[in-house]
Amino acid sequence: MASYNSIVLVKQVPDTSRISGDAMNSDGTIKRSALPAIFNPEDLCALEAALEVKDRFGGTVTVVSMGPPKAADVLRECLYRGADRAILVTDRAAAGSDTLATSYILSQAVKTVGNFDFVFCGRQAIDGDTAQTGPQCAEKLGIPQVAYLLEIIDVKDGKATLKRSIGDGWEIVRTTLPALVTVVRDANEPRPCSSIRVMRNKHKRVPAEVQDPAALAPEDRLEQWSLADIDADLDRCGFAGSPTKVHKVTSIVLKTEGHTSIEATEEGVRALVAELVKDRALA
Amino acid sequence: MTKKNPQGEVWIFAEQQDGKLNDVALELCGKARALADVLGVKVGAVLPGYQVAGLAPTLFAHGVDRVYLVDDPNLRYFTSSPYAFVMETLIDKYAPQIVLYGATPLGRDFGPRVASAIRAGLTADCVELEIGDVVDAKTKEEYKNLLYQIRPAFGGNIVATIVNPERWPQMATVREGVFPKQEPDATRGGEIVEEKIALDPSLLCVEVLERMVQERTVDLKGARIVVSGGAGVGSKENFQLIRDLADALGGAVGASRAAVNCGYIGAEHMVGQTGVTVRPALYIAIGISGAIQHIAGMQDSAKIIAINSDPKAPIFSIARYGIVGDLNQIVPWLIKAVRERPTE
Repeated sequence: MASYNSIVLVKQVPDTSRISGDAMNSDGTIKRSALPAIFNPEDLCALEAALEVKDRFGGTVTVVSMGPPKAADVLRECLYRGADRAILVTDRAAAGSDTLATSYILSQAVKTVGNFDFVFCGRQAIDGDTAQTGPQCAEKLGIPQVAYLLEIIDVKDGKATLKRSIGDGWEIVRTTLPALVTVVRDANEPRPCSSIRVMRNKHKRVPAEVQDPAALAPEDRLEQWSLADIDADLDRCGFAGSPTKVHKVTSIVLKTEGHTSIEATEEGVRALVAELVKDRALA
Repeated sequence: MTKKNPQGEVWIFAEQQDGKLNDVALELCGKARALADVLGVKVGAVLPGYQVAGLAPTLFAHGVDRVYLVDDPNLRYFTSSPYAFVMETLIDKYAPQIVLYGATPLGRDFGPRVASAIRAGLTADCVELEIGDVVDAKTKEEYKNLLYQIRPAFGGNIVATIVNPERWPQMATVREGVFPKQEPDATRGGEIVEEKIALDPSLLCVEVLERMVQERTVDLKGARIVVSGGAGVGSKENFQLIRDLADALGGAVGASRAAVNCGYIGAEHMVGQTGVTVRPALYIAIGISGAIQHIAGMQDSAKIIAINSDPKAPIFSIARYGIVGDLNQIVPWLIKAVRERPTE
């Protein structure tokens, strides 16, 4: 019976849904430290899709993330939820990568893992919302992509039948494998961590996370790859590999002509509505 | 990699589905026209599809000079690989200097694939596009007439201007509503350039088996009044307050990205840089702190009312009216006052 191997691309992101008054400085900039680092939500759905393929058809689930050593947090979480193998690509030369350079690095990592039928990733990360890295990885791997997965209908004879969102509706498509699939939040409900898997994996660290990597016991070691380990061309990574440059950054001064504070009482609200009616702002 | 071509055209991707051009494509025509006029070049539109030649006059009327028509039964329904291949092939052949895509589900699907193949940049969700010069801080080299791709940067009320000094074409995506659609001029003509592009079977490895397009149920862009809720609304259930107020006002329901990310409401309601840009007569922001990503999509509203429990929330600085307090009290009062309002 056929089984299907999946590679899942995941990212650790600042929790931008927590941007509230408390996380903002008075000039409107964000206090990054006030935002917790979390598992990018749609990447959790991508992991779930891969685990579903494993549950239904057999195979393995390998997770790859690129980021600083701290990003190993999300890899441990993948192991808690059911991934078989987790790899962190971390290298100073990767800093400053735009989506093109990032997708190059991730695609090299995927090629290094090898032997896969599916690459799953979240549609987009909540810190940039660009949704570019997935399709760009697919192009670099020379495989088809199916964006915005809603449901895995069937996988057989080397083809996958998938339901995907098209914004104002949905489509059912059939793709040859291997293929890259980006996953949206509505696709599934990610399974929780299993307590046995937490016990088994919570001590695991990538070497860059610990003071003395040599003292890390082999069973506690998470795989850590450098750009050399994935045979990446440094000219295509980091700043050098990024065609987009930041020319300038400007702060926005928010202001309006005339501001009226309305008293937070029923009378205050009533007076406001009366004024809006008078101004014909309300029909 | 594509050569820099300062005489290159300004292109848009003319997105159509089921033989109908989408709004954002027409919005981009107007912007492309303005950029091309500054540069003194022509505007091109790439139109892949099947039996879509009839759309060319609409594109001309909106400012396009040349429509690159790729008519092929295999392009009837969008799939990423052949659409990306068509774009790559034409970019390679004609070397446009700028290519703009609508940041629609379709544009966001294949645009990055094109960028990857030609190793060009692609700046997502721009809120403004301009032509300007850049001097490299290190090398002192001057670059004339680059495309400034302006977008809010994550990290607060900061706007970043992105440029591609060396690697062209300069490509960007733009959300619906960011640029207003210009009045069409039916007397404008143009040239149709028919392109035959052979699609290798390996590009056709994704088949569309079934397709269901629903009528768009949310019309934020056309609404005269928009009532939006943010993370401060607190729960999916409590979002009913926002809907009730919108109902009372006969307005549309909007949301901040935070509210969408919290799962309170669907992404089709999102107002902001990564959602829809709106310019209603009245915009009511409830429990929205006012990150730039939201403000970018609603700051041109004629009148803004902000309701927030935090007096320091940035949203108040762009609001004509501000109410500091608990939305769970204020919104019901507002609904009541609206229902009982005097009529003129």
